[in-house]
Amino acid sequence: MSDQSAALSPRHIPDRLDGPLKRALKSWEMLLLAVAIAIAIANSLASPYFLDPWNLSDATFNFTEKAILALAMTFVIISGEIDLSVASIIALASTAMGAAAAAGAGTPVLFLIGLGVGLVCGLFNGFLVAKLGLPAIVATIGTMSLYRGIAYVVLGDQVYKNYPADFAVFGQGYAVWIFSIEFVTFLVLAVIAGVVLHKTIFGRQVYAVGNNALAARFSGVKVQRIKFIVFLMTGAAAGLASVMLTSRLGSTRPSIAVGWELDAVTMAVLGGVGINGGTGNILGVVIAAFVMGLVTFGLGLLNVPGIVMSIFMGLMLILVIALPLVVQRINSHRRIAR
Amino acid sequence: MNTLRSLLARREALLVLACLLLLAAITARFPAFSTPHNLAGVFNDTSILIMMALGQSAVILTKSIDLSVAANVALTGMTVAMLNHLAPGLPVVVLIVVALGMGMLLGAINGFLVWWLDIPAIVVTLGTMTIFRGLAFVESGGAWVNAHEMSPTFLELPRALVLGLPVLSWVGILAIVLAATLFTRTGLGRAFYATGGNAVAAVYAGIDIGKTRFLAFVLSGTVAGLCGYLWVSRYAVAYVDVASGFELDTIAACVIGGVSTIGGVGTVGGVVLGALFLGIIKNALPVIGISPFWQMAISGAIIIAAVVINARGERVKGRVILRRKELPL
Amino acid sequence: MTGISKTFPGVKALSDVALELRPGHVTALIGENGAGKSTLVKILTGIYQPDGGSIQIDGKEVTLPTAEAAQGLGITAIHQETVLFDELTVAENIYIGHQPRNRYGLIDWVAMHARAAAILHGIDAPISTRTRLKDLSIAQRHLVAIARALSIDARIVIMDEPTAALSYKEVEELFGIIDRLKKAGKAILFISHKFEEVWQICEYFAVFRDGGQVGAGRLDEVSHADLVKMMVGRDVTQAFPKLPAEIGEVVLKVDGYCHPTEFDQVSLELRRGEILGLYGLVGAGRSEFCQALFGVTRPSAGMVTLSGKPITVRSPSDAIDAGIVYVPEERGRHGAITAMSIASNISLPSLKVTSRRNFLRMAEEFDLARKYAERLDLRAASLSQPVGTLSGGNQQKVVIGKWLATLPKVIILDEPTKGIDIGSKAAVHAFMSQLAVEGLAVIMVSSEIPEILGMSDRVIVMREGRMAGVFEREGLTPEALVRAATGNKEAAA
Repeated sequence: MSDQSAALSPRHIPDRLDGPLKRALKSWEMLLLAVAIAIAIANSLASPYFLDPWNLSDATFNFTEKAILALAMTFVIISGEIDLSVASIIALASTAMGAAAAAGAGTPVLFLIGLGVGLVCGLFNGFLVAKLGLPAIVATIGTMSLYRGIAYVVLGDQVYKNYPADFAVFGQGYAVWIFSIEFVTFLVLAVIAGVVLHKTIFGRQVYAVGNNALAARFSGVKVQRIKFIVFLMTGAAAGLASVMLTSRLGSTRPSIAVGWELDAVTMAVLGGVGINGGTGNILGVVIAAFVMGLVTFGLGLLNVPGIVMSIFMGLMLILVIALPLVVQRINSHRRIAR
Repeated sequence: MNTLRSLLARREALLVLACLLLLAAITARFPAFSTPHNLAGVFNDTSILIMMALGQSAVILTKSIDLSVAANVALTGMTVAMLNHLAPGLPVVVLIVVALGMGMLLGAINGFLVWWLDIPAIVVTLGTMTIFRGLAFVESGGAWVNAHEMSPTFLELPRALVLGLPVLSWVGILAIVLAATLFTRTGLGRAFYATGGNAVAAVYAGIDIGKTRFLAFVLSGTVAGLCGYLWVSRYAVAYVDVASGFELDTIAACVIGGVSTIGGVGTVGGVVLGALFLGIIKNALPVIGISPFWQMAISGAIIIAAVVINARGERVKGRVILRRKELPL
Repeated sequence: MTGISKTFPGVKALSDVALELRPGHVTALIGENGAGKSTLVKILTGIYQPDGGSIQIDGKEVTLPTAEAAQGLGITAIHQETVLFDELTVAENIYIGHQPRNRYGLIDWVAMHARAAAILHGIDAPISTRTRLKDLSIAQRHLVAIARALSIDARIVIMDEPTAALSYKEVEELFGIIDRLKKAGKAILFISHKFEEVWQICEYFAVFRDGGQVGAGRLDEVSHADLVKMMVGRDVTQAFPKLPAEIGEVVLKVDGYCHPTEFDQVSLELRRGEILGLYGLVGAGRSEFCQALFGVTRPSAGMVTLSGKPITVRSPSDAIDAGIVYVPEERGRHGAITAMSIASNISLPSLKVTSRRNFLRMAEEFDLARKYAERLDLRAASLSQPVGTLSGGNQQKVVIGKWLATLPKVIILDEPTKGIDIGSKAAVHAFMSQLAVEGLAVIMVSSEIPEILGMSDRVIVMREGRMAGVFEREGLTPEALVRAATGNKEAAA
């Protein structure tokens, strides 16, 4: 390999070897897109109701909130960390909104409270991981327990239900035709996340930190600050998701959104984000969100219960990571045999 | 003075102190809490947590984590409960063997994925956690197995008194003894420490780190399987959400007990005390009139506090180059 | 062993080398950094598997699939970096993997401590077996590593640069141990690039260069100069193309820099166009001092003045903004982000320059990367190639290029040629010299005496965290350096 490159003249080092088309064709995203299309075709064959635009629109509600979490989770995972507390943040933010609604707060205030609680939770996670240097897995397992625990302390086995009527707009309203406010928000956020991750200094530094935090620090990247910001991002995303979910359900229980951290991590990993940090992109995660939405919707059409779908999620998470490794393993064996 | 300080620096001593203080505070208001009978009850109640925390600690020592243990309890517990319901004639011993074997198999699946494919443990067990619990649903169809559907021997075994203590407590004690022996007196136990402490050095020392991790997961799974039976028979009910979130408690017990999540540091004594600390709090809450809904938040806060304390202890001290005087060589 | 080869992705580390070891004798394995010595050690201890060739013990062919198998055949090694366990006790570090057992098959701690104490006593190491390794000094850790090697009833003992971190006195102690091992009939492979030591204790030699074997035989049949020639492959005098540079005004001034545990009262002045050598034994506090200067760690006292203005450096980004950059010793860990492309690595500290209002501009990044890649004569297939796929020398060029792109005033190079091939080494030296001529102020940390002598205008020697001497280029001898670094009057070998 080095012999080959050494033979090349040093004066003409090209930017890249492959053209953009060739790179795109070889990419993980293309594979995912193919899978998404295949599932869509299978779904439409399996059920005549699938292709109805309103049905499709309904299907988006199943995954947009999770997908918003996944967008932020992508940043955290690429930076080499993980945030397991996102679902608990949703519960806490929802509880706070419920309490505020019970006290008579109006819709704009509720929105700000939901987002604000998310930010504060993210701030605390960021403080633990970035400032105190705790391992993210354990720190966010702790806050996962803490945040939802507070929701239980406040609510016990009670329910908050009395949300103002116009609060329903976030989770049930439509922007244009079949496109819900949730879905449009997700698309807008996806574009912003893509630009920030791929086109800004911050995004580049997130990759650098995730690949090698030490070398990034030696290159003048403020590692703590980057980590802090990505945890703020998941906090904010969870706050927003909480507003949408609460608005859509119209009620708050402390067990709201249990297990969603798994779905968010699965979406990110399915989208090609390396769990060890440093690799992945937003496009892949967005396609992965659609794949998961289609799978859930398809299984729903077949009347598969939710908990069984979660088996598929778990299997998908492991298979997506395992399959390339197995293929690689088999290939390398074959090479040795030759 | 020095010995006193080094004793106090040990996590075990600190935890004994913390447990005693906690007991003293509760006893001051509610003297009945600290009667031997009640304390034995607390231990009995904490036995399952102690056992599973010990299994978890083996995994954490090797610098991994097992989030699937509680789901393993649910799946194994549901399986043996249904077997008992469908074939009441089957001896309990057979069911215990089934529980052990099934738990071992589930642990081996985790371990295999971590060992052979080198997938991070957190991803593997996050996935298997939902798969195992989902399978419990598939197998039961979401139905409960209630006390009247279980055979009397199935239900009574953990409760039977031997020398004044229930069998469940004895199993807990046996687990502590076995774990202490395994961790300190066997090559595998020391390999757990070596693998998590310095994987490169472990390879140089001839230790197969992949296999060691695999065995840690097998151990953790086997213990969880046994606890699956103990759980459903003790609480006399099996349903899909059994032990939901219990994996967090096992991790909490380890972290409180001074097991480093970076691997390679931790003791059986610390883990047992960490579990007891949580057990005392859990049992004390209803006594002192605090809603059980507080428990989750409290254990979350304790996990965070314990990790912060652990991190302070682990902070890498700089290599001391400046010497006061020449080394006595 | 004969015809051993080992290829890594991108590098042929060993090709068709042979080696013979004899019981009761010490064989020296000589070669520069990157010659393949450590790879050979890893093959002999079962860590790596060779691609070809065979290994025989007593004429019988053996395979070493695992570290356990190698130990079972009586091969033991004392490694370059001490690979031990910080959190475990001394006794356990010595016996891990082969702990003494009682009759129930359980680990016998009493016997373990007793035997460990006996071994440590045998090598005159007064270390308690119950101490945790993290509480020991580097030299003491080395003794533990030696004790570990002795705890295996070994026939073949490999010592991979065992003296690198030891003081003169400790080296003498080690040679005493080697003598005893020799008398006990062990075959010893002694790896070093210090000729004095080789001549003192070895009978046979083998020389590696660039992954191949270039000579072997009895030491009393060759001369010092022969060995050097074999090792370097050219005359040493030509190795350092130092150009005369015009030395200008003082750029960097450090006063009384202190750190609680790593270094104490270090002061220096650095001028435009000057190359300042920083010499000392491994663990003398040189890298730690440089890293504090670069803002990686905080000093406890002292002042830094850059171009006449006092500056405070709290983080590497402060240092970079001020114009001080640091090329770390550990390229893969601190220097390059190996999974990222050449272009991204070079542009990383300069992103503010190549982007507009925080938005990246790829064309500018590639232009910047190409400019420095070409200046450094980088060999790569494309600028999008991950740095990890380059050879060590080319990786180092990327790291240096990354720093030059920030247009610094002071560049600190920590062991800049460690582990890179001869060709790249010469290129790095030539380039360093060129930088000085262009007016950059250079601090070069090095453990290689020829490099220090060949490249520096001035040399500061550090010992145990303190300055042990400042020398001008003229009339500087290796002996003077060694004397200052080891703190021993008779050290000149």
